[in-house]
Amino acid sequence: MRIIHSEEIENTVYALAKQACLSLIPSCKAALERAAERETEESAKFALSAVLQNAEVAAKENMAVCQDTGYAVILAEIGQAAHIEGKLFGDAVNDGVRRAYEDFYFRKSICDPLTRVNTADNTPAAVHTEIVAGDKISLTFLPKGFGSENMSRVYMLTPAKGVSGVIDAIVETVALAGSKPCPPVYVGVGIGGTFDTCTFLAKKALTREVGSHNPRKDVAEIEQTALERINALGIGPQGFGGKTTAIGVSCELAPTHIAGLPVAINIQCHCVRCAKAII
Amino acid sequence: MKKIRLPLTEEEISGLKAGEGVLLSGTILTGRDCAHKRICEYLDRGEKLPFDFKGETIYYAGPCPAPAGKACGSCGPTTSARMDAFAPRLLDLGLKGMIGKGERSGEVERSIVKNHAVYFAAIGGAGALYGNAVKKSELVAFEDLLSEAVYRFEIEDFPCVVAIDCNGGNIYKK
Repeated sequence: MRIIHSEEIENTVYALAKQACLSLIPSCKAALERAAERETEESAKFALSAVLQNAEVAAKENMAVCQDTGYAVILAEIGQAAHIEGKLFGDAVNDGVRRAYEDFYFRKSICDPLTRVNTADNTPAAVHTEIVAGDKISLTFLPKGFGSENMSRVYMLTPAKGVSGVIDAIVETVALAGSKPCPPVYVGVGIGGTFDTCTFLAKKALTREVGSHNPRKDVAEIEQTALERINALGIGPQGFGGKTTAIGVSCELAPTHIAGLPVAINIQCHCVRCAKAII
Repeated sequence: MKKIRLPLTEEEISGLKAGEGVLLSGTILTGRDCAHKRICEYLDRGEKLPFDFKGETIYYAGPCPAPAGKACGSCGPTTSARMDAFAPRLLDLGLKGMIGKGERSGEVERSIVKNHAVYFAAIGGAGALYGNAVKKSELVAFEDLLSEAVYRFEIEDFPCVVAIDCNGGNIYKK
């Protein structure tokens, strides 16, 4: 058994929030640079160059790359041989979020769903924990903007729909979102599981590098085909028209029930921000 | 890119064409979901608003807090479609310009033409770029809404694209 103090968890979350909100992940920036080279239409090129210029300004000025510093989503893999001492795990995470959003001038975007009264410190975070082997804690911080979150969908397909039904659902979701989620988007897809677990898989898919492929060949083919069909939609950067509507599609899989084929599509804008650490 | 001075004049609005790039300078008001809801509640009650938006341009945005030495934190546009339910009413009362991101409803498009107004698209996700173009920021109303409060910004060379012009030209319907 290894003892990990909650202070270390809190400080790690604090550092991850800072890192994640201030910069794009390198694979996202590279994908946007490739897209900027490919685009021929003036407004599409303008949109992408502004986005790339913005990343530079953010780094130079120490400003959040996007003002929507998001719902703080934390994916934690906790080794079952690790023992946490001090605060409750969730409290440590929330305290790290609270301090980071205050200290680094990030926007506080969390409110009561009905009264809309803001909690004023960007908590609570959305915390997903998985118990894994080992004695370490792995933390992934995903600041999730809601312009894109709003465009996400869940489909409970029948098994007869099969692979083509899954691809249709992915493409339809992006087509319906149109210009609203800040395209070019990054598309996280959960396939299988239950109504709830497939949405978690879709979120988890967004923590993968842009341009990475699922190790299963048939799944990687779904990613590739869906991406090609999405980019044939012509929505383009910011919806101004163009060749790049998505910079990537990432699918994660889980076994499902014999009666169903759940598919969750979680849309991420072109500002892919994510930071990871292992304690 | 064409340089535009805000507040807009009727003549300037007539000269804007969907698809063209513009650099906006001058003063704008901010307002997003909660501020719009509250503005309409004031109007429903027949109460006088704490500010006048006649002739103004509204920016659909909720900024990050301003770090020391800056007028504003990161401040890119939010999705305009969420304000579609409120926009025609504001346009009828004299609002002239809107800055946001993404397509608008048919009702908003028609209201833009009817009221000789314009909708500019800022580049979503370019928050640091836009935050840096804010030279002055002043709280105007609804302080309790935090980032959703109404601010008056003085902006300089704010890069946008004319998305819907006063003749109904629409960049999203090319």
